[in-house]
Amino acid sequence: MIWDWGYAIDILPQMAEASLVTLRITVMGFAVAAVTGLVWAILAFLEIPVVSFAVRLFVEFMRSTPLLIQLFAVYYFLPMQGIILSATVTGVLVLGLHYSAYCAEVYRSGLESVDRGQWEAARAINLSVARAFRRIILPQAVPPVILPLGNYFVAMFKETPVLLAITVIELVATARIIGNDTFRYTEPITLAGVFFLILSLAAAQLMRWLDRRFALPGRAL
Amino acid sequence: MSISALTAVLIATLALGLTYFHSTPFAANPEVFLGGAFVTLRILAASAVLTLAIAFAAGLGRLSPWRPLRWFCTAYVEVFRGTSALVQLFWLFYVLPLFGPTISPFTAGVLGVSLNVGAYAAVVVEASVRAVPRAQREAAIALNLSPFARMRRIILPQAIRMMIPPFGNLAIQLFKLTALVSFIGISDLTYTAYQLNQTTYRTVEVFTIILFMYFAIGLSITIGMKLLERRFARGVVRVNAR
Repeated sequence: MIWDWGYAIDILPQMAEASLVTLRITVMGFAVAAVTGLVWAILAFLEIPVVSFAVRLFVEFMRSTPLLIQLFAVYYFLPMQGIILSATVTGVLVLGLHYSAYCAEVYRSGLESVDRGQWEAARAINLSVARAFRRIILPQAVPPVILPLGNYFVAMFKETPVLLAITVIELVATARIIGNDTFRYTEPITLAGVFFLILSLAAAQLMRWLDRRFALPGRAL
Repeated sequence: MSISALTAVLIATLALGLTYFHSTPFAANPEVFLGGAFVTLRILAASAVLTLAIAFAAGLGRLSPWRPLRWFCTAYVEVFRGTSALVQLFWLFYVLPLFGPTISPFTAGVLGVSLNVGAYAAVVVEASVRAVPRAQREAAIALNLSPFARMRRIILPQAIRMMIPPFGNLAIQLFKLTALVSFIGISDLTYTAYQLNQTTYRTVEVFTIILFMYFAIGLSITIGMKLLERRFARGVVRVNAR
């Protein structure tokens, strides 16, 4: 018998619990990505001589090197500098920073879609740069990019298993541990796949709802 | 960044990387790193070819008038886009042998990476073919071209041009995914870094060198795809100059 239902049901609670870990990591990582990504986008947008170039270089670097090697590098490097973080925190930070590069590109397209006149009008009525961003530009730049940001949320979710390399016990790590104990890999790994499928379909649905909920007036679908 | 800026960054990366490499204790044996890079590049090349084949097969399959084929291709795309790449890789490596076929880690790695990116690329192929104006297809029918000639001579040449920019992103995604094959014991660049770190404890040097190498390869891919994009845009009216 290749597929054992009894065994699959036995390990189900353990897998469900692990999927919560995966979900938590994704949400925290996405918070990091969404915030720092916005910072990179604004810094690059302002065209500050050295800073903007450094930010673009950082974004290019994060986007063109694998997450796995970034995780390894940070995980082994930080303790040498006397910074002791748990594997989960390290994982969340690196995952967040990796995807902040993608989010920065998304925000950039949002910022560029805001009409120049808005910016000029904000400056003309003597708003400071910070206030113009907060009150005028961002409220128009962010809502249109919620859907593409959401796509990265789902992409991040599917990339969390890479964190098992630095000993974070999430869904796939749990599946592999169960498999190592029992020498039955079929059920745990297939179940991990099913969990991912269900959760990412649910997340995609949630993102679509958010996109409709925060659609700008006059630009509704 | 523009092509010239990227090229400048690539040259700077290579120069800095080589200078740094020669200042480390590894300067005497570059073959350790080059071996890892060679494995990564080999997996990348094999999966790029396979990914393209899968993308066109599944992408055109989704446009097929034959319903079972369309459903099969849609199921493939949804399953492989909806689950994690690492799950797919583990499934191929741990579970597939139980059903019979024993495949080498290299094959499993290439297959895992290609099936994953292939699903994303299939959607690109499908969307690009759909984006070719309807009139092109109707004109081809009016000229009495066979369905095959219509696709090959009229639709695909226009669709492929639209596929290149998203394929550029997918090429980088593919490249980054190749790092995952280290999980199933293939000694690519990432595996080399991990092992060297475990055996020499030269953490900073090892990871700096490997990151330089990955960045150089990644930049080369980005530049290559941008050049390809420019090549395919030749002779086409540019709507958006930027």
